Amino acid sequence: MSSEVEGSNYAQPTQSGHFGPYGGRFVAETLTHALDELERLYNEVKSDAEFQRELGADLSHYVGRPTSLYFAARLTQHLGGAKIYLKREDLNHTGAHKVCNTIGQALLAKRMGKPRVIAETGAGQHGVATATVAARLGLKCDVYMGEADIARQSLNVYRMKLLGATVIPVSSGSKTLKDAMNEAMRDWVTNVDDTHYIIGTVAGPHPYPMLVRDFASIIGQEARAQILEAEGRLPNVLVACVGGGSNALGLFHPFIDDVEVELVGVEAAGLGLHTGEHAAPLNKGKVGVLHGNRTYLMANDDGQILETHSISAGLDYPGVGPEHSHLKDIGRARYDSATDEQALQAFRLLNKTEGILPALESSHAIAWVIENVPSMNSKDIVLVNLSGRGDKDINTVAKIDGISLT
Amino acid sequence: MTRLQQCFTQLGNRRALVCFITAGDPTLEHTLPAMHALVAGGANVIELGVPFSDPEAEGPAIQASSQRALANGVSLNCVLQMVAEFRTVNQQTSIVLMGYLNSILAMPDFPERAQQAGVDGLIMVNLPPEEAHELEKSLADHQIDIVYMLAPTTTDKRAELILDHASGFVYYVSLKGITGADHLHPADVAQRLAKLRKQTNLPICVGFGIKDVVTAKAIGQHANGVVVGSVLVNLMYEHRSDPEQAAQALQAMTGQLRQGLDSID
Repeated sequence: MSSEVEGSNYAQPTQSGHFGPYGGRFVAETLTHALDELERLYNEVKSDAEFQRELGADLSHYVGRPTSLYFAARLTQHLGGAKIYLKREDLNHTGAHKVCNTIGQALLAKRMGKPRVIAETGAGQHGVATATVAARLGLKCDVYMGEADIARQSLNVYRMKLLGATVIPVSSGSKTLKDAMNEAMRDWVTNVDDTHYIIGTVAGPHPYPMLVRDFASIIGQEARAQILEAEGRLPNVLVACVGGGSNALGLFHPFIDDVEVELVGVEAAGLGLHTGEHAAPLNKGKVGVLHGNRTYLMANDDGQILETHSISAGLDYPGVGPEHSHLKDIGRARYDSATDEQALQAFRLLNKTEGILPALESSHAIAWVIENVPSMNSKDIVLVNLSGRGDKDINTVAKIDGISLT
Repeated sequence: MTRLQQCFTQLGNRRALVCFITAGDPTLEHTLPAMHALVAGGANVIELGVPFSDPEAEGPAIQASSQRALANGVSLNCVLQMVAEFRTVNQQTSIVLMGYLNSILAMPDFPERAQQAGVDGLIMVNLPPEEAHELEKSLADHQIDIVYMLAPTTTDKRAELILDHASGFVYYVSLKGITGADHLHPADVAQRLAKLRKQTNLPICVGFGIKDVVTAKAIGQHANGVVVGSVLVNLMYEHRSDPEQAAQALQAMTGQLRQGLDSID
């Protein structure tokens, strides 16, 4: 354990898919075989030159990577503290980092000879990213989405339809991301022979938390090289929003052994951590098992999963990737939070100072910057993951401003 | 010998009828009369569902029943109280709790309290043996059997591992799908069960997709018992305003299933 705190030889998960006590594989027996197969194939393609070449080519020519690392001069000046760099994941094809994972997993589906992919989505970014790669590879695609999210993310719902995917509304439970994930699991149990389930975050049963993290790690690999080129040194702090936590782990992971770099995840505090109306399991949750893995969860004393609240659909999830739970416990990462209100202020400020429209999810990371950067030294460097663009959130924000766009 | 072992020993060549209902659904008042009615109709094992907010492997019927029970305020504590009350009248019929791991994790002294209440077995849908070490041991210390599920996708090699950990009976999931599904193929089930027989001496009960006398007999022919769930849950919901009527309907349905199973040579 102590060597992990120092970060000198971090190697997670274990062969059985555990990050410390977290992760694992808690699923209905029917799925075990499919997970074994996926794990076997994934371990195979990791060292398969042809697969890596195909993935690399797609990332550069189709997705448009590397994304830029941008020095936010006016925001830096406005806040008057550390230098702020933005990793521009909003510039990816489809508008968020999610596509790096879906491209990787769709290539896996193709290798497995599975003609159909399914996905769950909250904000719709992962659904769009899945529908996009499915269209490109000619795979049939069904996306599960909670009714509440369909109502607040109509733009992405329509995009998925244009891409040829079927969006299946989920009306059970809280009608949000967690329920969409339940429904996708039920579909997968039934259609496991011809279907690959593209989980969109670093959660779910092993090997998903590892595999999604690895596909997202291109973010941190690029950012590390880019900041070294720009500044000749590593940043003091990395900041990213955390729902399930894929953009955060994608950024953090290549820096985990760089113990001098502080890793900060920002959870959704919703109406406030004290109100219970939030989505901050690492701050306020307890350890339990949901969606195939052991992790911090929002649950009541009877172990029932609680409904969460966040202004951003992509963070509105009661669990979090198991590796984040591990990084929290060993003290390698720190998890703070930002409220809906703080995220909205950040959303507006980034528009006005930098001409960048951030997703409401990513705005939580910017909110942390607004709160913390002014008290930092001007020689310090903060690198923020701007995980997605905010076009999809215009309706939500306009409504708060009392403006109807329809 | 645990109560479950006794149950299957006493049955001999007769098939076990395992009946599922969700505790506290459609109302709290339904559950105890329903349990007694199942026994009166000929059930050998009552599988009592512990409601969970996110039942990943359940079809619409059991999902809805779980949500209704939660709306009625049913907790694991409440389920154990129901079992204890049932036990004041009935000490013969086996009771197996079915649910999802997070409910159990929330009660650290579950094995002890479950034993006190009179629970005989536990089916955890999302707990494979690889993750079960601690719970398995503490359940065994309290004479509670852990019933593992096997699926059509389980490889022979993996079946061996699961069977190594199983006790009480083995639950074979008849199809790739969720509870209440409608694509049961008895011939496939028969084939797999013949294989499993060579791997274990434990009784094998089959569930998922068994909804009437015809399907119960078709599957019962090859198994030591059948599990019936969604159809009973639906029946109770039909009589949601009257626990007594619900109990009568359950007893009639269970009686037919019993008769059907007993007509198998």
